[in-house]
Amino acid sequence: MNVIFLRLKLQICLIVAMVLSGGLFASYCYAQEEKFFEIKAKKFSYTPHKIIVNKGDKVTLRLVSEDVTHGLYIDGYGLETKAHPGQDGSITFVAGKTGKFTFRCSVTCGEFHPYMVGNLIVGPNYRFYVYVLMILAIGVGSGVVIFRKSKE
Amino acid sequence: MGKDKLFGLIDLDWRFELTKFKLIRVLFKSRWFPLLLILFNLFIFVVILLSAFLGGYSAGNYNFGIMLVWILWWVLLMLVLVPVFSRTWCMMCPFPIFGDWFQRRRLFGVTQGKLAGLNLKWPKFLKNMWIMNIGFLITTFFSGFFTVRPLATFILLGGIILLAFVLGLIFEKRSFCLYVCPVSGFQGLYSQFAASEIRRKDPEICRKHTLKTCYLGNEKGYGCPWLLLPFSFEKNTYCGMCLECFKTCPHDNMGFFLRPPGVDILQDTKREPRRIDEAYKAFIMLGIALMFYSVFQGPWGVLKDMVRATTMKGYLTYISAHALFSLVILPGIFLLFSWLSRIFSGNKDVPLKKIFVSFSYTLIPLGLGVWIGFSFGIILPNGSYILHIISDPFAWGWNVLGTANFPWTPVFTGLLGYLQGATLIVFYLFSLALGFRISKQIYPEKSQAQRGWIPILVFLTLITLIFLWLFIG
Repeated sequence: MNVIFLRLKLQICLIVAMVLSGGLFASYCYAQEEKFFEIKAKKFSYTPHKIIVNKGDKVTLRLVSEDVTHGLYIDGYGLETKAHPGQDGSITFVAGKTGKFTFRCSVTCGEFHPYMVGNLIVGPNYRFYVYVLMILAIGVGSGVVIFRKSKE
Repeated sequence: MGKDKLFGLIDLDWRFELTKFKLIRVLFKSRWFPLLLILFNLFIFVVILLSAFLGGYSAGNYNFGIMLVWILWWVLLMLVLVPVFSRTWCMMCPFPIFGDWFQRRRLFGVTQGKLAGLNLKWPKFLKNMWIMNIGFLITTFFSGFFTVRPLATFILLGGIILLAFVLGLIFEKRSFCLYVCPVSGFQGLYSQFAASEIRRKDPEICRKHTLKTCYLGNEKGYGCPWLLLPFSFEKNTYCGMCLECFKTCPHDNMGFFLRPPGVDILQDTKREPRRIDEAYKAFIMLGIALMFYSVFQGPWGVLKDMVRATTMKGYLTYISAHALFSLVILPGIFLLFSWLSRIFSGNKDVPLKKIFVSFSYTLIPLGLGVWIGFSFGIILPNGSYILHIISDPFAWGWNVLGTANFPWTPVFTGLLGYLQGATLIVFYLFSLALGFRISKQIYPEKSQAQRGWIPILVFLTLITLIFLWLFIG
């Protein structure tokens, strides 16, 4: 039994290591660019609602309000800007952390305010890939354990 | 034969009795408990109703009622109360207190003899979760109003309290809690996973005790208000933890135990069989979780407009899609995987309904995990509003605790994705561990159980990946 578990652990570790090293390699392959996005804020959504950049990119977000005052706070980065109608807000930052981050309105703008969110995705999204692999490894691993148990 | 251990670590029969500690035992046997908790919550709900009625700021995030019910209460329920302490909310819930008060003609102490009211028996064909299933699903149709409009929250909570009282006048004991309350159904379902339980300690003592005071009541307490047989029930699903059985048992034979999570999911006895109404509760809860996450924590403005009913067409599309997904599409896909399970197993004698219903219980841990992940997404960004509203509950400019001007402060939202991913994995593991045991219960031979398990394993993996994508993908 212990040998089976050891093998399984080894296989899972190998898969995770391969993906991590692959991701690391991929992140070096991305050219770091300057990227600009104009985000329009209107009760209770952002357009575009999804921003995709690569790790290391210098990102500038201009927030344009189309109705009332809105804010934009980026989880994980802790950055914030506000836009009043006719007066835009702006944030510039280097996307140093990878993953999916929610950006959310930081100024109470109406009844649906807490749900006014968008997504910043900084690739490569290692966190997601690693979790996917873990789930697949657990699923496959549990199947292998179940079938091997009966052979013993 | 060795003991059955969850993950090879925790003996499924392991129990640790908390009521062996005198303080807890005395507390559970006292008539003041849980009455004091109920009265405290009644006070809180009076404030909630008042603040919801009075409205305050137009936005719900600055309303005491909305924040306490939809942020604090909901998160506490899903993160702590249900997964750890089973139906402890039912223990302290103030909704049925007026019905109880009327039936018993007193708030404290024990009324001997017949209870007041019509005391009718609940219709037999409705003794299931269907009303709660449909009621809760319909309630979620209005979530775009309840969770943001103070008056809508007032109407919902006021309506539930009124209904609990009216049904208390007509039907016996806690019929409302058992068969109607929209909060009761999902608590019952997910409490099967809970890490604690109330059970009798020694079955032999119960067998010899012919009076069955736990069911009939005595001068110390009422017969089980939830109409259970405390001396024999084996699942948390319908135990509202009112603690009357602790008070009425003359032998101190009721106990409150810690246990391995999820053991009720493996219970399938003649008296407490797995049921299709409970199976549907699992699908509905998973369907609602998917809808809620997409609407409230997803970035799609079009969905938010539909839920807010900015156009009637959009709103009707939303509720139709929501109902169709939870009641037809999700169960339909699961039925397909159940059918595949039977094909893979090679045993065509096992009824498809049995496979479908039994395997649907594997969605209990995963569903709870999804709701916990969703709850992290509520509390971490929005929790700081609570500091504001407890200091100024009616938006009258009070600053009772000095925190009324505390700014909106998201807490650990950078870790949200990690927490959600890790939670999904943990509960996915529980679903797998318990699921294969269910497979062994369904199919008579181990090889059939192994092969029959594969399609369900694939289904659970796909569902986990879908939610993972929604959370962090």
